Amino acid sequence: MPAAVTERQYQGKVHEHSRRLMSAWMGELSRAEAEGRPTGAIMISGNCVELLRACHILPMFPEVTALQNAIRHKSLPLILKAEQAGYSSDNCAYVKADIGLFLEGGMGPGKPMPFPTITVCNYVGCNVYVKWFEHLADISGSKLFMLDVPFARTAGEPSQADVQYVVSQLKELIALCEGISGKKFDIDELREILGYAARAEEGYARSKELCKARPAPFDAYFDAINMMGPINVLRGTKEAAEFFDVAVAEFEELVAQKFSPLSEERFRMVVEGPPPYPYYKNFRNLFSKWGAVGVASTYSTVGGIWEWGFRHDPRRPLESIAEQMLRENLTNRSITARYQQIKRYVEEWEADALVIHSIKSCRLFSAGQGDMRDYFTRELGVLTLLVESDLEDPRYYAEAQLRNRIDAFFEALEHKKVVAAAH
Amino acid sequence: MTPDQILEHCRDLSSQPLGAVAGRWKATHPGGRAVAAYPVWAPAEIIHAAGMLPLALLGGGTSVELTHADARFQSFVCSVAKSSLELGFQGIVEGVDGFVFSNICDVARNLSSIWKRNFPDTFVDYLHLPQNSTSPSVPVYAANELRRLAADFEQAFGLTVTEPALAKSIEIYNALRARLRALYAFRVAEPQKLSTTELYVTLRAVTCVPPEEAIAWFDTLLDGLPRRDARPRDRLRVVVEGAFCEQPPLGLLEVLEEAGCYVVEDDLLLGWRWFTSDVATDGDPFERLGAGYVNQAVPSSTRHEGREHRSEGLIEKVRRSKAQAVIFTPAKFCEPALFDYVLMKQGLERAGIPHMIVEFEEKMWTFERTRNEIETFVESMLFE
Repeated sequence: MPAAVTERQYQGKVHEHSRRLMSAWMGELSRAEAEGRPTGAIMISGNCVELLRACHILPMFPEVTALQNAIRHKSLPLILKAEQAGYSSDNCAYVKADIGLFLEGGMGPGKPMPFPTITVCNYVGCNVYVKWFEHLADISGSKLFMLDVPFARTAGEPSQADVQYVVSQLKELIALCEGISGKKFDIDELREILGYAARAEEGYARSKELCKARPAPFDAYFDAINMMGPINVLRGTKEAAEFFDVAVAEFEELVAQKFSPLSEERFRMVVEGPPPYPYYKNFRNLFSKWGAVGVASTYSTVGGIWEWGFRHDPRRPLESIAEQMLRENLTNRSITARYQQIKRYVEEWEADALVIHSIKSCRLFSAGQGDMRDYFTRELGVLTLLVESDLEDPRYYAEAQLRNRIDAFFEALEHKKVVAAAH
Repeated sequence: MTPDQILEHCRDLSSQPLGAVAGRWKATHPGGRAVAAYPVWAPAEIIHAAGMLPLALLGGGTSVELTHADARFQSFVCSVAKSSLELGFQGIVEGVDGFVFSNICDVARNLSSIWKRNFPDTFVDYLHLPQNSTSPSVPVYAANELRRLAADFEQAFGLTVTEPALAKSIEIYNALRARLRALYAFRVAEPQKLSTTELYVTLRAVTCVPPEEAIAWFDTLLDGLPRRDARPRDRLRVVVEGAFCEQPPLGLLEVLEEAGCYVVEDDLLLGWRWFTSDVATDGDPFERLGAGYVNQAVPSSTRHEGREHRSEGLIEKVRRSKAQAVIFTPAKFCEPALFDYVLMKQGLERAGIPHMIVEFEEKMWTFERTRNEIETFVESMLFE
């Protein structure tokens, strides 16, 4: 094995900036009840956060709560609590951690995580979302609005019928929110919010584009999490737009300096699937020591796929929100459409390999990833590694097994590289 | 045929490979097409109105060993998805021209695309059925979605679904479902005269033949079964809930009764008896069918109902069938059933209705533990 690669300690402005913005948002949430501000629970995937913002409803994201508990090693007791209440060991652990938080008394009136005033299920591909929000509305007693977004089941652009169906529901949601906030909806305010959203989307897309550089200035899987908060949760705010202005400037500078997050970028990988949040750093280390950098990832596109050019359009506010929910995010697309997304990443970002992290909790992501591996290895000849654990439940993370498989994979890659260099 | 002969015929039909079922029908309908729907609901009326044979893709049960599909789907994915795909890999569905999937769960969603990739010459369609149950925009959306399916059939097979033909097919399926409802009502009234396995194989056979043929069976069954000689026994009347997609092995259904239950309601093959009343045939039949999917629907774990709590439909089922308890039978790894179990059991507990849970897999072949559990549950109820 060649000399070990080390991770650089440099974390830049992006990491700190993101933490500051997300902490401020969490602070707002914890004060919302006392300040009498209505809150709205929505999901990350293909969300319509701009609309809630324009309706003066403070958005909250159960997925973010769940992942933060996991990354702080607090998820297992919450999951166990939910399982004691009847949830199956085979149910999505994100949901169980969220319900467990309520059962443990960590969510509800007078708590840092308030009950939502309204629960907006943006049903964008994930069927578990429907269940999750039915359960959340049940425990919180909040009004549940089911925003049904037809799956991207036909080729090309979404049909006008689908766009109109979503727009009709968005209008119903606006009316409902007006009743909750007591404030009249202002379409021009939404246009302004969408303008900020588009600026953030441009910045996020540009940041990812910069990972085509050799070396990539940041890890588009492990470091992308710093940008996923601002792009998915805070999208539509001036602060998020400015965040990406700063991020792009920083990444461009890093590219000019040929800076890599590792001491050496030895392998460029595309990563598919969410990370194991309970062991985020451990998992990252398994790749870092091989000099493997994520140059593109699918997980970073759950909220929206911006790198192919889609931007919210303030001139067509509701239609463009509908189009984004219908088509411009990973979760509402088929798994085979994801194959094409990954293929493009492998080719355009010049990756050496595809790493599939298959998680039990999220069948939308994982069910059928064996077929994905078959497609990439047999049909495209892309070196592909498939490993399994979970994004929330630490019981499914077996580090020794993961290390064995990852080491074996990169040893083989290393060997190929040496052989190729010799010829 | 006598009722017993029909039941035997249905048992035989329901065990036949899907490709063979399609092949037999095609032998008498040269040039005909057969399209199979994955659970839970698909508009059989549209398939029928196009002149095709509507079938059901229900997995391989105990009849198929996985040799390919388990390399495509992981160990934590339900059996029915894997064994259905395996039927494709092993050529057991050869003769079926198309498959229709819908948004019942994330696994079914991915299965649809993976099927299409692995069998590119087969017609595959994916329906997005509405999850919003209250928006005024739903009927128009649903009608458009059904029209899209009809247009896809036309493009793939050159078969047109006209509005009059669809209205006629709705009438035929209304007639079939009315008889199914009558048979279920008969079982509620006299469960000793129709076992759950008999009712199940009859339902299953409905998915193998044109509806006109099944209607004739039901007329005979509804006429003859009441004359069966069977005395009521001291058994626990139960509702079985959760087996709406993956098919439970017949052995499990038998054990439920052998252990002391009368199954008086269930959600087996729910999609084939989806509507609680006749779908209207006046006006736009696509719109009638689409609106009916939402507004005349049986309670289902695969459809969000915004107008009532998740447990209410089940509680109503218990009361209507005069059941004393509920036995939850979710398939292993079935997220819709496993999630609903929690809200449903909470609702049952509030209503004072006892319940128990028995997970199953289609390949399950030993039932002794299950029998013990059910017997204990039954005894605790009957002798308390």
